[in-house]
Amino acid sequence: MSHNMLLVFEVTILVLAIFLGFEVISKVPAMLHTPLMSGTNAIHGVVVVGAMLVLGLGHKGPFMWIVGFLAVVLGSANVVGGFVVTDRMLEMFKKREPPKPKDE
Amino acid sequence: MGTNVSNLLYLITIVTFILALRYLSNPAHARRGNQIGAVGMLLAIVVTWVKTGGTSWWALALGMAIGGGFGAFAARRVKMTAMPQMVALFNGVGGGAATLIALAELHRLLPQPGKPTLDILIAIALSGLIGAISFTGSLIAFAKLQELIKGRPITYPGQKIVNLAVLAGCVGLGATLAAGVQDQWLLWAVVAGGALFGVMFVLPIGGADMPVVISLLNAFTGLAVAVGGFELENNVLIVSGMLVGASGTLLTLKMGAAMNRSIANVLFGAFGQVSEGAAAVAAGDGGTVRSASAEDVAVMLAYAHKVVFVPGYGLAVAQAQHDVRQLADLLEAKGVEVTYAIHPVAGRMPGHMNVLLAEANVPYTQLKEMDDANPEFSRTDVAVVVGANDVVNPDARNNQGSPIYGMPILNVDDAQAVVVLKRSMNPGFAGIENPLFYNPKTVMLFGDAKESITKLIQDVKTL
Repeated sequence: MSHNMLLVFEVTILVLAIFLGFEVISKVPAMLHTPLMSGTNAIHGVVVVGAMLVLGLGHKGPFMWIVGFLAVVLGSANVVGGFVVTDRMLEMFKKREPPKPKDE
Repeated sequence: MGTNVSNLLYLITIVTFILALRYLSNPAHARRGNQIGAVGMLLAIVVTWVKTGGTSWWALALGMAIGGGFGAFAARRVKMTAMPQMVALFNGVGGGAATLIALAELHRLLPQPGKPTLDILIAIALSGLIGAISFTGSLIAFAKLQELIKGRPITYPGQKIVNLAVLAGCVGLGATLAAGVQDQWLLWAVVAGGALFGVMFVLPIGGADMPVVISLLNAFTGLAVAVGGFELENNVLIVSGMLVGASGTLLTLKMGAAMNRSIANVLFGAFGQVSEGAAAVAAGDGGTVRSASAEDVAVMLAYAHKVVFVPGYGLAVAQAQHDVRQLADLLEAKGVEVTYAIHPVAGRMPGHMNVLLAEANVPYTQLKEMDDANPEFSRTDVAVVVGANDVVNPDARNNQGSPIYGMPILNVDDAQAVVVLKRSMNPGFAGIENPLFYNPKTVMLFGDAKESITKLIQDVKTL
């Protein structure tokens, strides 16, 4: 694929992703807005993929080593932290706790 | 692994992310969605690992162990009350990673003559800039929420012009880079400028406006990652980044709407400043404040039919969510109907109060959003305001001079009686006077929210 074709294709999926994002997010209730924020936080942690490509593929100078390594560290913190925090939060949302003694 | 194969596998990751967001529409299965997303992320990481072909695998492993270890440790240790700053921090590191990728990509491409095409250069400049803004902006937000620096707006004359000039300078430098002056230092200057702008743009924003700022920074990081996807010609970065960008934008708009303020006003208005004049006016026709003892309030609550708790940031500060839940359980055991009314911007991030109450095992079926809660106040015997202020301020309805006029509020003054738990008569964070406190229906219960609730629990038990 030529570079320009690829670019047009990329812009297309970018624009579609905007609409998809609005569509999906508008169905999230206000109650879950904090997990939504941390969940999307975890998703943009996918930046670690880019960081890995930089560190793993680039021609190796000291600059690439340092920058790539730092990017991998930051990206991994983003991914792991994001998913763990979201999981902790969502675990707490319960419909009803196990039946409690009611004496009336 | 060929690019086609890896891109197809990345597509699976994209689908899991979309599913993760879809599952968030209902708290009953939201957690499973997050786990599906995590599996998808793992797939993307494995695919990328294979793509890099095992060269420098130990550097990858070490970097991931350090970053992942820190992330896991911080995420496990953080208290639910500190969640806003944690989200800000993870948001910032993502932006920082996007900036570093831009720097590395330019460094890699520059030596090859004619290689960075215009679109790649634009992408590099943009993701470097936006990522840097998000990185430092999030760190300042973190510092403010963690109270490492003052939460109050920090302002000086000519601030907006200076901010605008810095941003314009960055865009100009980025354009120069894209126009063909291919110098690594130009990108460094763009990144430095963006970092400076991030600091200066979040510093003047007060704590009460944090829900808007955090959502916006979330959108910024998503956008920086999406643009980074153009540099690396990587579909998973483009789509996932933009999903987050769209989500953050939508949340930002929703938070703005919940405050009845334009985003520009939140970002450049420095809320605390505007309000002082109006506060002085309102204080003049104050009237009297009735303060009550815990015993009195306990009686009111125990003999009510319906009690609504209205939590605010004060609940988080006092860490009183478990005590509130205990009190609610006691009341329910006495046959009182208990619900919680939650304003969309209560607290320091969107949905902050829901998370706190969920932590205290309050079933989410008892948590009412504003539109559902408001019609119920007229059938409510006692509304208990715990550490909330602006979101229950009737001036937002009645007083055109008030800085929060027009903001949708929880109409607690429709209830038969209102109990306000508050530390003292100091105006709230935004420094706005609240006539609710002078309403004849209202009684104040002064003191730390946690201590007051503990006393109420003891007194209700003895009844």
